[in-house]
Amino acid sequence: MMGIISCKETTRLVSQGLDRELAFGERVALRVHLVICLGCRRAGRQMEFLRKAVRELAEIDLRTGF
Amino acid sequence: MAAQDAFRKQLEALRPYLVRYAALQLRDAAAAEDAVQEALLAALAGEAGFAGRANLRTWVTGILKHKIVDVIRRQAREPALPEEAEEGLEEFDGLFTRNGHWAERPTGWADPDGALEQAQFLRALEMCLERLPARTARVFMMREHLGQETAEICKELGITPTHCWVMLYRARMTLRECLQQTWFGK
Repeated sequence: MMGIISCKETTRLVSQGLDRELAFGERVALRVHLVICLGCRRAGRQMEFLRKAVRELAEIDLRTGF
Repeated sequence: MAAQDAFRKQLEALRPYLVRYAALQLRDAAAAEDAVQEALLAALAGEAGFAGRANLRTWVTGILKHKIVDVIRRQAREPALPEEAEEGLEEFDGLFTRNGHWAERPTGWADPDGALEQAQFLRALEMCLERLPARTARVFMMREHLGQETAEICKELGITPTHCWVMLYRARMTLRECLQQTWFGK
């Protein structure tokens, strides 16, 4: 169990959550933190957006006609 | 023969784009040129496979993607890129207070999906990717662009999963900051 985690730890868990399955305790701690923390919710959404943008790199290139 | 020459010319015209695409992932100019050369040769040999498809560039980029993965595999045993510190996430200390809270709360990004329709955004993203340390960039591109699993990346690069996660975290945090400064914060 992880209990209360900081924003710094939260950003690390959000990132790792994109790469591995988080343990139950990690998921709970993360969820609790995200509910109360707007900054971490934004950072998390931005990491997900990065994934989308980079995955589509070649397609964006084509769409925008470069 | 004339048709084949025309096809060859069309492929040749794509070379600058393909080299840029490969270099972004391999961070090694010579390796990028090699991968592109192999992809172009494969495309020429496989012209029949293209017949009827909508877009030549999409088709060749698909071939190149495989060549890039091949290059990464080949290089795995002889580390071509300089080693980077395993931990060293002190670079982000400034973002957080001593007790781990945001020093300055991240601002929301307006219309990120709209950015994906703009060529200038793509330039900004590429510039941010180029600023990443070479190995970090490679791991990030393997994970997020090529869509490989962390286990696969670790195996191919001979690094531990923990190291891999640290590098991916560094890449994401650095890119977030960079895009905030060069695009979304403007």
